This record gives sequence, C-alpha cells and structure tokens, in this order.
Amino acid sequence: MTTKRRTLLKGALASSAAAVAAGAGILTPRALFAAWPQAAFEARNVDDALNGLGGANATPSDEINIKAPDIAENGAVVPVTVSTTLANVESISIVASKNNQPLTSTYMLPAGTQAFVSTRIKMASTSDVIALVTAGGNVYSASKEVKVTIGGCGG
Amino acid sequence: MASIKIRARSKGGETTVKTLISHPMETGLRKDNAGKAIPAHFISEVTAEHNGKPVMTAHWGTGISKNPYLSFVFDGGNSGDTIKISWTDNTGASDSAE
Repeated sequence: MTTKRRTLLKGALASSAAAVAAGAGILTPRALFAAWPQAAFEARNVDDALNGLGGANATPSDEINIKAPDIAENGAVVPVTVSTTLANVESISIVASKNNQPLTSTYMLPAGTQAFVSTRIKMASTSDVIALVTAGGNVYSASKEVKVTIGGCGG
Repeated sequence: MASIKIRARSKGGETTVKTLISHPMETGLRKDNAGKAIPAHFISEVTAEHNGKPVMTAHWGTGISKNPYLSFVFDGGNSGDTIKISWTDNTGASDSAE
C-alpha cells in the first residue's frame, strides 16, 4: 500500500513539473491538458476513457486517417499512425477499446507541428482502435478494427 | 544513459522526427513466475523541443509497446538544428537526448 502511494506521489510530482514546462510556451487552451490525465488513463472501459478526454460526444469524422494493420500478428506491438486534414489540431489521442486501460496515449501538438503521430501500441485482443482529435475546440473521432492473432495461427 | 535514439530529416520545409526509447513499459498486470504482480513501470510523459521551442508533448499510458517508437512532423527546421527529446516515467526516472 505504502509503495503504491509513493509511486502515485512521484507521478503527481513529475506531471506537475511537466505542466510548468508545458505552460511556459503554450497558450491557455492546452493548459487543460497539461497535467497527466490520470482519470482517463486509469479508466477501465472505453466510455470512461473517452469521457475523461472530453470525447463523450465526439463527432465522427472521415478526415481522420488511422493507419494500422488489418491483422496484427503480435498484439504487443501494433504500429498505429494517425493523421488528419482537420484544421487547428490541438491534440490526438489513441484508444484501444478492449484494453484493460483503453487510453494508450495523448499527443499535444502546438501550432507548427503537423497533425501526424506514429507509434506502436499494445492491444489485448481484436478490437477497434479509436483516434480522438481535438481541433478548434471540438472533438472528432474515427475508428478502425484491428484483428489480433496472438499465437500467429490466423484465428 | 543513452536510452533515446533520434533520427530527424528535414525536407520541403518540414522535419520528420523518429524516436526510439528503450524502456520496459510494464503494465502492472503481468505476473512473474512466482505469481507476484510485476509493478507498473511506464513512461508517462514525453516532450520534444526544437531549438528550445516545444513541438510535441505526449502523455502515455501503459498501452504503449515496450521500447516505444514515436514519430511526428513539424514545420520548418534545418539540418544542424537541435531537437531535444525528454521522457519521465511513473517512478520519477527520466532521461533526455539531443
């Protein structure tokens, strides 16, 4: 118990330090996101994770492009690239809907950085990868199903 | 601790940055052979700066793969510019590279 509290404390310290660093050069709307959104990351189901990001009423958008394999042979390493043609993109989040903790990551993109991120995520099982894009104060979403065949038998 | 590898290439007025970080990224859900849970150990925050100006901040959870890969694109940038990437994990450890 005590050890757990210790890590939590450290986590809080680390994110507050980062918030200061982020606040130095970034405008106010992004300050909302400056602290590590613990509630969203610790959410155990998709709805909670989306709510934690303010994405409960996200508008589906076909201007978001998720590039991920249709079939991933190894769920521990699934390459995902999200890009969008929406204007004024503030952040991009990637959610794997059946993971124990669905929210994998959030990227804050200041002006001058293009709406493009590429990374590798873990996926517990075949499920949708959801990309949430905050642009101009609105939240847009798109999803793509990725089949995970752990064991490599194509099932 | 050279835990970060950075490759950047600028072309046509934009710079593509690719980063590899070596980190275990434990979720806290796995168990070891004795059945004890392995404590969570993952990177929670990654920041990137170009010549001292922040170009990207990422908040990560446990859903990012071990030895994370990250790529992003920003406008501008010339060869010889400085790109600094730093990360902090949930145990408070951190590293940065330029």
